[in-house]
Amino acid sequence: MAYERGTATMIDFIRYKVWPVLAVVICLLAIWYTAAVVLNTPFQQDKYARANLENVAFTQLVSDTLSQERPVLPAPHQVVEEIYKTTVLKKVTSKRSLVYHAGITLSSTMLGFIIGAVLGIVIAVLVVHSRVLDKSLMPWVISSQTIPILAIAPMIIVVLNAVGISGLLPKAFISTYLSFFPVTVGMVKGLRSPDTINMDLMKTYSANGNQVFWKLRLPSSVPYLFTSLKIAVAASLVGAIVGELPTGAVAGLGARLLAGSYYGQTIQIWSALVVAAVLAACLVAAIGSLDRMVLRRMGVAR
Amino acid sequence: MATLEQPSTADAAQSDAQSVVDIRDLSLTFQTNDGPVHALSHIDLDIKEGDFVSFIGPSGCGKTTLLRVIADLETPTGGSITVNDMSPAQARMARSYGYVFQAAALYPWRNIAKNIALPLEIMGLSRKEQEERIQRNLDLVNLGGFEKKFPWQLSGGMQQRASIARALAVDPKLLLMDEPFGALDEIVRDHLNEQLLRLWERTNKTVVFVTHSIPEAVFLSTKIVVLCPRPGRIHDVIECNLPRDRGLDIRETPEFLEIAHRVRDGLRAGHSYDD
Repeated sequence: MAYERGTATMIDFIRYKVWPVLAVVICLLAIWYTAAVVLNTPFQQDKYARANLENVAFTQLVSDTLSQERPVLPAPHQVVEEIYKTTVLKKVTSKRSLVYHAGITLSSTMLGFIIGAVLGIVIAVLVVHSRVLDKSLMPWVISSQTIPILAIAPMIIVVLNAVGISGLLPKAFISTYLSFFPVTVGMVKGLRSPDTINMDLMKTYSANGNQVFWKLRLPSSVPYLFTSLKIAVAASLVGAIVGELPTGAVAGLGARLLAGSYYGQTIQIWSALVVAAVLAACLVAAIGSLDRMVLRRMGVAR
Repeated sequence: MATLEQPSTADAAQSDAQSVVDIRDLSLTFQTNDGPVHALSHIDLDIKEGDFVSFIGPSGCGKTTLLRVIADLETPTGGSITVNDMSPAQARMARSYGYVFQAAALYPWRNIAKNIALPLEIMGLSRKEQEERIQRNLDLVNLGGFEKKFPWQLSGGMQQRASIARALAVDPKLLLMDEPFGALDEIVRDHLNEQLLRLWERTNKTVVFVTHSIPEAVFLSTKIVVLCPRPGRIHDVIECNLPRDRGLDIRETPEFLEIAHRVRDGLRAGHSYDD
């Protein structure tokens, strides 16, 4: 009986949890490999022609397109191999280690994210408490996000350099620029989320604005805050990478992307991209577990 | 058609009990995009200390609005009203009433004890005083032992009882209740009605209770105010002097049915069947 139930849950687990994820991964890999073969074929045939090779077998063509040194689209296993070589096999302090570069980017991401989160919360609190600020500040907050970050990033770096700020901070400011916005919007929504009945309740206690804020508005806003923090941390990483591009930075994932594109090192570019994506996923997951932890401590989670 | 009976003001004037809520010629008009809505029109009502007054009427008759005026959650546009010999705003500032809403409105991030502590924290009471009041009022609504539970761990009826304890924790003379059992099923409702009656007996509060259930109104009240809509006005005031220690079985007695009949007549007469 117990055995049967165990098997049933195992099958269910595979059917509903493992299989859907696996199916998507297999599909993506299939598409990626097919695309790699198709995209890399012209160069490969060019190479065959120059070497006067004719009637190359299809299997040979496929294997050659998937093992080029500078392919148009590297195959997944090439990217994995490159990541393995530049993370596990290199010392963390080495300039060739992706861990080192990811660390550089992560530090400015986190600094920018923290400043952005604090700034976002402060703006939200001001906006919720002052009609004047709501009317005067919100349009600027929104229009700030309509400017393409790629256009404004070099300006921020140049201006900050001119006043003697360089290194980590300028990059972090670009992260801040991207990350404060979702926090502001989510937090404003959250601080305004208590319904009429709860606001009326506070009114019957003749609670002052301060008490309403700490005892009702702030706790109500927590779920909203964490949702926007997840968006903000991902945006923060994008900001840090973008910040590394125009400065000709020598370290960081952005620098790896830039160096890769100078020398046509597509495998290196893709490796950096994959690491950036994994990093973003980890950051979002970290915020997610912080969210669950806080909600459990508040007693809201079931 | 509508035999408008004047409220028995003569009776009320004779009683010596102090007036807790005194409403004179009160009107409230909401300005909407479709023109003015007369939510309340020329209301005269006197609620004495120790009364259990029910407002009953079809939806849109202004019964909740009238309760909210007493609580200073709405501002009347005409007439006068005093609560505990103060303006409603002063009464609210002095925390002289407790308000129970249709929903329990407990904060999900606070456990039951902490929810009841909410008004006490706002009042700035000492921790010891808070503890004492939490315990006393939880016992009053038979929720002793549930201090550490969170709202979602309680049934709807228990949540509403917790919200009553929270309203009582302020220790107000006046308890305002806006269809507090409206969302609960019949059995739970009967049970809570009985408990509320016992509670009223023991604490000797003045209660103003909004409902749309005739048996509930007759069972609980000393005075039933029948309101009718468009414009919201008082149609009838029915004195209801059933013995204080009544049980649920009183609902089968002729006296009870007679009053219930009069309330039903009032509701029917006051209702315009144009919709």
